Amino acid sequence: MRGINKTFPGVKALTSVDFDIAKGEVVALIGENGAGKSTLMNILGGVHQPDSGTIQVNGENVSIKSVSHADALGIGFVHQELNILDNLDVGANVFLGREPRRMGLIQKQIIEDKTNPFLEMLGLDISPNTPVSKLSIGQQQLVEIAKALSKEAKIIIMDEPTSSLTISETDKLLKVISDLKNEGISIIYISHRLGEVSTCADRVVALRDGSNAGTLTKNEINHDNMVSLMVGRELERTSNESGSNIDISKGFEAKDLISSNYPNCKISFKVFSGEILGMAGLVGAGRSEIAQTIFGVDPDLGGTIYIDGNPIKRGSAKASIKAGIYLAPEDRKRTGLITEFDIIKNVSLASLKNYSNRIGLIDSESEETTASNQINKLNIKTPSADTPVINLSGGNQQKVVLGKWLSMNPKLIIFDEPTRGIDVGAKAEIYKLMRKLADNGVAILMISSDMEEVLGISDRIAVMHEGKITGILDREKFSEENIMNLAVGRSS
Amino acid sequence: MNNPKLGFVNKNRRELGMLGLLIVLVIITSWGTRESGVQAVFESKFLSSDNLKNISREIGIYGIFSIGVGIVIITAGIDLSVGSLMALLGVVFLYFVTPTETRPDSFLARIIPEIPWIAAIFLTLLIGTAVGLFQGLLVGKLKLQAFIVTLCGLLSYRGLARFSADDTSINISDSSQNLEFLRFLGEGSLADVLTNGNGSGLLHSIPMSFIYLICFAIFFGIILHKSVFGRYIFASGRNELATKYSGINTNIVIAFAYVIAGFCTAFAAIPFCIYTGSVQPATHGAFFELYAIAAAVLGGCSLRGGEGSILGILIGTAILIVLRNMVNLFGYPTPLSDAITGGVIFVGVLLDQHGASSIKKIFKKSH
Repeated sequence: MRGINKTFPGVKALTSVDFDIAKGEVVALIGENGAGKSTLMNILGGVHQPDSGTIQVNGENVSIKSVSHADALGIGFVHQELNILDNLDVGANVFLGREPRRMGLIQKQIIEDKTNPFLEMLGLDISPNTPVSKLSIGQQQLVEIAKALSKEAKIIIMDEPTSSLTISETDKLLKVISDLKNEGISIIYISHRLGEVSTCADRVVALRDGSNAGTLTKNEINHDNMVSLMVGRELERTSNESGSNIDISKGFEAKDLISSNYPNCKISFKVFSGEILGMAGLVGAGRSEIAQTIFGVDPDLGGTIYIDGNPIKRGSAKASIKAGIYLAPEDRKRTGLITEFDIIKNVSLASLKNYSNRIGLIDSESEETTASNQINKLNIKTPSADTPVINLSGGNQQKVVLGKWLSMNPKLIIFDEPTRGIDVGAKAEIYKLMRKLADNGVAILMISSDMEEVLGISDRIAVMHEGKITGILDREKFSEENIMNLAVGRSS
Repeated sequence: MNNPKLGFVNKNRRELGMLGLLIVLVIITSWGTRESGVQAVFESKFLSSDNLKNISREIGIYGIFSIGVGIVIITAGIDLSVGSLMALLGVVFLYFVTPTETRPDSFLARIIPEIPWIAAIFLTLLIGTAVGLFQGLLVGKLKLQAFIVTLCGLLSYRGLARFSADDTSINISDSSQNLEFLRFLGEGSLADVLTNGNGSGLLHSIPMSFIYLICFAIFFGIILHKSVFGRYIFASGRNELATKYSGINTNIVIAFAYVIAGFCTAFAAIPFCIYTGSVQPATHGAFFELYAIAAAVLGGCSLRGGEGSILGILIGTAILIVLRNMVNLFGYPTPLSDAITGGVIFVGVLLDQHGASSIKKIFKKSH
């Protein structure tokens, strides 16, 4: 791809970007959100057409007109949000739209026979007849890759393939990538997770603001180089400062809490006022469910929670919010925000009663003032307060979620994967905000699967394994090894 | 923000577009029904005071229940039971005001007492609201699909109406009460009500049902667009989960939308059955649920929820009624009217979603 330009209404998405990949090479494409990674790949995948520039496949000039055209050229795209139909079985998904048929009827046996070798190649020990809904996210991802391979893809684009995988699934995927590479298949790997990039990439291409920011060869690939290419400056590492205002007599306490997916486990822990308690563990350890139970969106199955020593009413989000317990959920677009609403309406949604008069009419002026205050305080980058949040970047969306809670009276804020899908620059800002909140006396519970994040900003770390807290580490015991041991259920 | 005027146009783009369509329809109909000459447009059949009075009466009745259905649609729900509920409530209301002996022999006819018409109005409103509450709890609390719940309503209320009327028509003329004032309230004009039937002039051309609609529109306009509850309606319709995560009991918000729909339907049912004078339960109010959905969608309500406005619903209703009136006045066969209505809705929605270019594309492809 040479000199690719692309303009969307109002935005210049790509400015003469170059990109190339050799047979059997793994190239990681990195950059902050909005840097143009997805646009560039959508052009290669036939979703968008470039305004200008040339694309060559095997030395021949092509203009990729559609997704099916890209398929025909051997370019497969595994999207971040899986395009898989979970009401169908594995084989049907792999051959969707290209079903072998006789007299209009699908030849199931042929699908099975043709699907099996791909599943084997990817180390998937499942039958093509397995319904996709029975598979884990990691396995579904591999089914998507099988689909691309079955179309004889020579180049496979993977957009954030590990964002919802567990650690062991991630390892497996990285192994699959190296296998595919040995088969001569080229992989374009888009990821925010720089650790994985260093493990698997032969070369790193960085984009910044829609232009090439630089390339790293195999032996130049390391964390600091990648970050400085992406943000264009040396970024200070995540702060290692501990909380300065921790008050162990105040804060949040859970006693014998039971959550829905591990009904036999009772969990007890405290988050002191002024501290950030990191909560680590493998996916499926039950951390998000604990958060949802505390916040009251999951049913109350038993246990008590206290704020500053006083037991609080449970059973609904309304009751928790009233007590000052807020949740910044993992899936911002589904549960954190109403993305089509503007910033004002999102910020005020949980506290509308504060902006209304006795008969329930909203005072839109005070609503707007609050939103503007939060925009300034949190440094939300937006054209105006009445911009729909769907138009904001992930980091700014997360700040809107925060704005909703900070305009009220927080005692405990639970952050579930606070920086998922957020770029490096905005991450640092979110961390600073969390620390500032803690220093103002808020108790903060941070659930995170990002090891660096947990180690970098927590005051203490609680590690969960299969619904239980297997250990709580103080700062002097912080290490990846200790966390991993607890996370897999070994005591350290 | 910097240009409030532009903001208004942008925010009400849909409504303004449909208002344009309405104006075009009005001009076409006026032009087509004039006697001769350009001047005569203002004396056309369409713009005659009798015709205007008739269509504004219809707009009044249809508009009221469309507001209810529109609010349900904004919660991402649907209410298919409106027409059948109007038939059932029509039968019930007429039973309330007629002596038992004049009724056909059926279970409901036997148990419903004859009561003064004012009490009948209140009880009918109460029953309609209770039916709305019942459907609302099924949809909001028990999370049954709105389509199914109200489809069951559509079938069973109609069936109940026909059964309890023994499938014969129930006539308001069988009443032995003095219903003159009720008639004024139901099918009369503002002048009738104010002067006890002696009025004339401008007030005489404003039917009461249109006045009711204006009151409903102002009241529910404020509820929907200015109140906390209205914001919750939009939020629940757009993203119920995120609304729940903001501490709002969306079950109750959604259930309440159906209560409003039930109340609006009941309110419209009374002037409608007074206007028709009798209720033939097999056909009374047939397809009204679909007209209401059409009006709401024309007016900018999205079936995906979270979008729409009272103003839009009013304009949508007006378009439907004017269209039907146009078909009548132009002398096209009445059975054709639904087909024409369907076509216009389709083109309107298509234009709105894809702009004029898409229509050109369709024609290009077919050539």
